[in-house]
Amino acid sequence: MLSAQNLHLTFNPGTPIETQALRGMSLDIPAGQFVTVIGSNGAGKSTFLNAISGEQVVDSGAVLIDGEDVTRQPVWDRARKVARVFQDPMAGTCENLTIEENMSLALGRGQFRSLRQAVREEMRVLFRERLAMLGLGLENRLTDRIGLLSGGQRQAVSLLMAALRPSRILLLDEHTAALDPRTAQFVLDLTARIVAEHGLTTMMVTHSMRQALDVGDRTVMLHQGRVVLDVSGDARRGLEVHDLLAMFEKVRGEELADDTLLLG
Amino acid sequence: MSIYSTWGALEIGLIFGLVALGVLISFRVLNFPDLTVDGSFPLGGATAAILIHHGTDPFLATGAAALAAGFAGMVTGWLNVQLKIMDLLASILMMIALYSINLRVMDAPNVPLITDPTVFTVLQPEGLEDYVARPLILLALVVVVKLLLDWFFATQVGLAMRSTGSNPRMARAQGIRTGNMVLLGMAISNALCGLAGALFAQSQGGADISMGIGTIVIGLAAVIIGESILPSRRLMVATLAVVIGAVLYRFFIALALNADFVGLKAQDLNLVTAVLVTVALVIPLAKQRFRKKRS
Repeated sequence: MLSAQNLHLTFNPGTPIETQALRGMSLDIPAGQFVTVIGSNGAGKSTFLNAISGEQVVDSGAVLIDGEDVTRQPVWDRARKVARVFQDPMAGTCENLTIEENMSLALGRGQFRSLRQAVREEMRVLFRERLAMLGLGLENRLTDRIGLLSGGQRQAVSLLMAALRPSRILLLDEHTAALDPRTAQFVLDLTARIVAEHGLTTMMVTHSMRQALDVGDRTVMLHQGRVVLDVSGDARRGLEVHDLLAMFEKVRGEELADDTLLLG
Repeated sequence: MSIYSTWGALEIGLIFGLVALGVLISFRVLNFPDLTVDGSFPLGGATAAILIHHGTDPFLATGAAALAAGFAGMVTGWLNVQLKIMDLLASILMMIALYSINLRVMDAPNVPLITDPTVFTVLQPEGLEDYVARPLILLALVVVVKLLLDWFFATQVGLAMRSTGSNPRMARAQGIRTGNMVLLGMAISNALCGLAGALFAQSQGGADISMGIGTIVIGLAAVIIGESILPSRRLMVATLAVVIGAVLYRFFIALALNADFVGLKAQDLNLVTAVLVTVALVIPLAKQRFRKKRS
């Protein structure tokens, strides 16, 4: 389904602020799998997601979705296959537009846009039905500006929007990080529900180790632009947060050891 | 203020209503500060005047003027989207280039249209004075343009354009080619200004190289005045508000210049404009302070 092969990406090459964000990142995700991604700041999590969505073009390596090489495709061409929810609740929706207009934009993701009316009655029926799922009463507020909603509400609508049109991959970039704990849990439950309902192949970046283990089928840890840990199935079921932390320390420790060898 | 100058203010106000609609698209919908207007307005005037002067049908000439100005707007968009030149700078470059282009188009600093037929002389009904007929014809046109824009912004393409201005990252993630949307929006915006220029030349008896100076300020003034008297986030209201803003603006100007006791003369026009815009910008702030004080 999704295959990232040996991705390399360096920001500001040849300058003092040169950053190697991806250094040989490789990951294969079969159809329908829900992968959680963890890693410290600067591990390359967001860059990896951007490389898949097309917001960042990699220096070398290949991104394949459904066997098709999309490495050089711009964001809008990949949009047909890739749906996204951003970390910032403001980023995933247009605050000046109404709820129904935002949903209409998402319903047309990757489709040809014509001079037909963007919001039609049959769409409103669909939008109301989906919004009712949230239990937030938003189904009665279709013509409200989305800027009037709270961050959590907007993030919930963003999730619905991502699932309005079938896609091959759903990318979630710490989409609960900016929310208070209760709302975060609500959005997380909703995520699990939507992913299960539509059988979406999903990659979710998270800061919370607890979340990474509780949600999904597989957990991947990134460090310095590479995959350093990849667990699923029985091995993952037995894992606890402290195990993960220990592995994380070990990875970093090994690296320090390497450095001492080098310096020595 | 005489009846004659009242109809005159309405006439010019409605012409600048088209400019205001154009400015609304660039500044508010696309979020693209576009000064091309100062060049595309006279480009429209120059194109229409020279074509009519050489015997072209005035309607055809007016259409060609809008197309030429729309193309100019597209070039500004292209400078920004393709060559990555900062939006404001791209539009200034285009504005300055259009000054030369307009001189080339007219082959002279001005082209008079005294005896030639214009869209107004062709459309003027029997038994109606020309100074009454022109504003009425313009009113009909502006209403049609407003309704067309309202329709367009409710279509899938129109919505894609609005999302491009509001949140380009989100728009791209939804598969929208934001660059194309900027080109299209800039073309529509400047085509409206070119149309206004063409009508201005035909209503004022000719095109002149200096007719574009300050067009953008008047357009912005109309948008700002309109927004402060009819504040709304809904685009349908905004398209009405900016037209009303343009007409009101012309009435203020006419009042100021006609009130003898103030002692203002025609050459004070741009100064009065600047003062008016400043006042319109300050009013919302003053209102807020007033409300705070009361509560």
